[in-house]
Amino acid sequence: MIALEKRPQPSQFWSFAAPIVAVILTMIFGAALFAMLGKPPIEALGKIFWEPLFGEYNFFYLPQLLIKGAPLVAIALGLSLGFKAGIWNIGAEGQYIIGALCGAGVGLAFYPMEARWLIFPVMLIAGAFGGFAWAMIPGILRVKFNTNEILVSLMLVYVAEQLLASMALGVMKNPDGMGFPGSRNLSQYASSSSWIDQSNGMHWGVVIALIGVIFAYILFAKHILGFQIKLAGQAPRAAAFSGVSPARLVLFCLGTSGALAGIAGLTEVSGPAGIVSIDFNVGYGFTAIIVAFLGRLHPVGILFAGALMALTYIGGDIAQSSLGLPKAAMQMFQGMLLFCLLGVDVLTNYRVRMMKRGAV
Amino acid sequence: MTEPLMKLVELTKAYPGVVANSDVSFNIEAGKVHALLGENGAGKSTLVKTIYGLVKPDTGTMVLDGKPFTPTEPRAARAAGIAMVFQHFSLFEALTVAENVALGMENPPPLRDLAQRIRDVSETYGLPLDPSRIVGDLSAGERQRVEIIRCLLQDPKVLIMDEPTSVLTPQEVDILFETLRKLKSEGTAILYISHKLEEIRALCDHATVLRLGKVVGTCDPRETSAREMAELMVGGTLHVPKREAGEAGETLMQINGLSAPSPREFGTSLKDIRIDVRAGDVIGIGGVAGNGQDELLSALSGEIRAGAGQISFLGNDIGHLAPDARRTLGICAAPEERMGHAAAPDMSLTENAALTARKRKDLTNNGFIDWGKTRNFANEIIERFDVRTPGPGNAARSLSGGNLQKFVIGREILQDPQILIVNQPTWGVDASAAAAIRQALLDLAAKGAGVIVISQDLDELMEISDSFAALNEGRLSKPRPAKELTVEEIGLMLGGAHDMEVAHVETAS
Amino acid sequence: MFGSIDPLLLLASLMVAATPILLAAIGELVVERSGVLNLGVEGMMITGSIIGFIAAINTGSPWLGFVCAALGGAGMALLFGILTQFLLSNQVATGLALTLFGLGLASLLGQGYLGVKAPAFPDWYIPVLGDIPIIGPIVFQHDPMVYVGLSIVAGVWWFLNKTRAGLILRAVGENHEAAHALGYNVVRTRLLAIMFGGACAGLGGAYLSIVRVPTYADSLTAGAGWIALAIVVFASWKPGRLLLGAYLFGGVTVLQLNLQAAGVQFPLILLALSLLAVGVAGMFSVWRNNRLKSLGSAVSLALIAGGLLCIPILSGKMAQLKVEYLSMSPYIATIIVLVIMQASGAPGSLGKIFHASR
Repeated sequence: MIALEKRPQPSQFWSFAAPIVAVILTMIFGAALFAMLGKPPIEALGKIFWEPLFGEYNFFYLPQLLIKGAPLVAIALGLSLGFKAGIWNIGAEGQYIIGALCGAGVGLAFYPMEARWLIFPVMLIAGAFGGFAWAMIPGILRVKFNTNEILVSLMLVYVAEQLLASMALGVMKNPDGMGFPGSRNLSQYASSSSWIDQSNGMHWGVVIALIGVIFAYILFAKHILGFQIKLAGQAPRAAAFSGVSPARLVLFCLGTSGALAGIAGLTEVSGPAGIVSIDFNVGYGFTAIIVAFLGRLHPVGILFAGALMALTYIGGDIAQSSLGLPKAAMQMFQGMLLFCLLGVDVLTNYRVRMMKRGAV
Repeated sequence: MTEPLMKLVELTKAYPGVVANSDVSFNIEAGKVHALLGENGAGKSTLVKTIYGLVKPDTGTMVLDGKPFTPTEPRAARAAGIAMVFQHFSLFEALTVAENVALGMENPPPLRDLAQRIRDVSETYGLPLDPSRIVGDLSAGERQRVEIIRCLLQDPKVLIMDEPTSVLTPQEVDILFETLRKLKSEGTAILYISHKLEEIRALCDHATVLRLGKVVGTCDPRETSAREMAELMVGGTLHVPKREAGEAGETLMQINGLSAPSPREFGTSLKDIRIDVRAGDVIGIGGVAGNGQDELLSALSGEIRAGAGQISFLGNDIGHLAPDARRTLGICAAPEERMGHAAAPDMSLTENAALTARKRKDLTNNGFIDWGKTRNFANEIIERFDVRTPGPGNAARSLSGGNLQKFVIGREILQDPQILIVNQPTWGVDASAAAAIRQALLDLAAKGAGVIVISQDLDELMEISDSFAALNEGRLSKPRPAKELTVEEIGLMLGGAHDMEVAHVETAS
Repeated sequence: MFGSIDPLLLLASLMVAATPILLAAIGELVVERSGVLNLGVEGMMITGSIIGFIAAINTGSPWLGFVCAALGGAGMALLFGILTQFLLSNQVATGLALTLFGLGLASLLGQGYLGVKAPAFPDWYIPVLGDIPIIGPIVFQHDPMVYVGLSIVAGVWWFLNKTRAGLILRAVGENHEAAHALGYNVVRTRLLAIMFGGACAGLGGAYLSIVRVPTYADSLTAGAGWIALAIVVFASWKPGRLLLGAYLFGGVTVLQLNLQAAGVQFPLILLALSLLAVGVAGMFSVWRNNRLKSLGSAVSLALIAGGLLCIPILSGKMAQLKVEYLSMSPYIATIIVLVIMQASGAPGSLGKIFHASR
């Protein structure tokens, strides 16, 4: 009979190995999935993982890695703060949208003024603030009324989507747009664009994501707040004993993840996406959850996991156009990745033992 | 001589790293009370879990009523007539007494009939219970009654009791013993696990002593002295802590009417607690578990805030201060639950050192933790308090109970506090570690600190306290000098027997 | 003020609108009473909706569709069960993974079925009772699944409160350590509960695709699974209150849809909706346990919401109906209700990982 036995120490080896094993397992399951859909499995995997990095057109795809990876990493960093503490911000998608709306609103309000040194930073702050405020709703409700932040932040995603639709078709609609839905294209104006080097996929979102990784690393390794976050997540009673204020932690974690999601939204809407439109949000807020877990809630891990996830987006597009692999298959693939990671993760804290049947 | 009811033959059970039971054999006879003696870690729990079907032995056999007995799960054991009252109750706080009893039975009758049977049986054995009460509202002694009634309703042949008196006042202990004697006269065999020697001498007919998993002796407790049994248990003479009689110094802390609600749903709130802590004093606060000990420590450590004027330290009101602020002033605490409250199980000892010592040991710098300094402090604790562990990088959960407790207490003592509050400092700790901890507390007091020891172990409190008070349902009795007290008086201070004559319905406190 | 809305029709469609959420919520209630938090309801619902839909289309029988949807939901839930009960994974993360996976799976399976119409599922007409004036058409002339939903709720109530198996499930949810020490199989109890929850969620999803809409679309559930989770909290984990909660939300949903069609002044509508949600929940809270404080906060929330909305009215800018704002109302109502209900009575072991050390 197979049984699980708790390890005296969490296993260092499996902390690193689990994500890798999970990826390999997912590739195997994914290959089976593709085969069931009638697509050649090895070729499909190749299109997804190999081609964007080393294929013929990789000069086109590699910048895409930055473009798609940056928002994922930025949002996931913020989420990891909360997740480590047992504070579940599931509404990052909503904070992303609201951040984009606030930042874009500021940018559009300034149009057609030309003052990059002023406008773009203000947009950035507005975007961060928008996401922060949207995340404060579940935060304050949790602190004051002990409401479940999972449900509140999630409900607010749906509210945010409706707000986006209303803004895109209404107040923010491009007056010069000849009736087409959506706002002016913010990425085309020097003052409001978030691009640094479009041909390389470099935009301010990438920079902020990288800075975020460094900050988060220092926070967890050296700072008292990082220690308190870990403590609160692992042993809440010990955290209270140590003097951690749960309210402060909730507000900090939710606020920071909201701000980061808002910034990601802003850099996205004024860069790669360009306009405020009804379907501007593509689910980064939810995929970032997978990235956070895949990265073991560790800043450097998240960096790699974000790159990997971006790769699956890009590769998925390639596979769709060249092999006809449906987009939904990639969605499933990403969900499977999380499942496999959660399954393999058990080995970090538990050992598999063959138990003898006792003789009595 | 009649054939024994139950025979245990060479039972052996090993876990990774430790042999819990090694070739344990003895007999249990019907109509007799058999004591199983041993210190913590001697293997008593594993043995009874084997009898109850929770654990499968590696080798060895059991014989019940002349037939081989191999229970694969508790249900089988119950069906064969074995009933067990656990040390840690298996009760469901949100459910009623009747529902709890039903869950412990194989084929319970419909709830209405069961409720009547509960009333009848509980009256017969002198342990009245109201079947419709929510268990969470009951005191610890009453909860034990639920466990016992649950067993009695199954007409057991063998009743196992695991450390039953740790939650009872002395008067309640007498009543329990009467119940057990009644059962004995009806032919039930009782296996009584304890480390309380005087009780065993008062109640039991035979005793088997376990040490480190092996049977080291059997005796008749009525004819053996407590000292002899203690030496069998421990395997040598015990070190009795030395105390220097000190002068009580200035008043460090005044607790004036401390009242606070419990944060837990089924906890006990504190009501108007008054006591002064003087430098050099060791105050022992006794009480049966569940009377507000956790809440008292939390109110003093800062987890629960108190109202204005309720707690003052060196003349300043501190009731509103958070734990770290109190540590800066010199007030440290060690909670009862070492895994999960006093220490984070999955964190290393170094990280656990940073848990409470940041302020007093100056481990942070502008919000950044100096891990090098913290590691040194952790090493200091490990050395000074003889904590057996490969190193400070090891997770807290890898330590044995005794070693972790030494670390936790050591961490607070090495912060040189002016006031230290500890809750159950030697619970579940082996004898030599316990003695070391008690000595460390006494040494701290000798240096001029005020120490509050909250404990269920009256022997321990009598050993080390200068003054003694009892905590009962959130109220503290007036402190009295420990030297003057007798066991009777202590029992009365602890609250006496609750409602032993008539079952009553109380509103929740 | 209410334009061309027929209140009787409104009440009848309330029961229909509430049914999918009712089904998903009652399943999740059983799961949570056993101590497990399964956030994957949304994923199980949408998977159930497509599996049921495909089965119904291919066999021509809606009943078979429902059966397959229940099996599909239970299968998804089993995946969750294996990960959380055997591989001891974090319940929140696994539930989210289930949702993401389920959304992807449903989207994949649904590729060929978008917009296809389901086979008809005619209403029942209950004799005698259906003839009662006014109440008859509202309550007794619905499609059978409405009644299946109601009977499941009644069945769960009876199971939890009157059977031994239900007592064991409650015990496992309160204190899994104690239940294990008494010899009850915690893992097996929880797995069964989890699969039941999945089956119910599948039924709820299939109701949307087979009866209510009745077709499949990628955003078919639109958060219904999450609202179901909120309703379990609202119900304080009791089946009777769950019925009330589901009907409340059915009411909000139906009302806002009707108002969208009727073209009424939006700020007044939002005010009406928030006061409706607040009023019911507040009365409830006070009746249950004298929580005047939370009633106060609820009333102030409602007043603030209403007050903020008067600004557009007064400035004359938003006199025109805004579809999007009405569509937000079920979600905002959920938040308001969650705040008021201040979850109490949660099962003691909810969400905690259980590992039997033998």
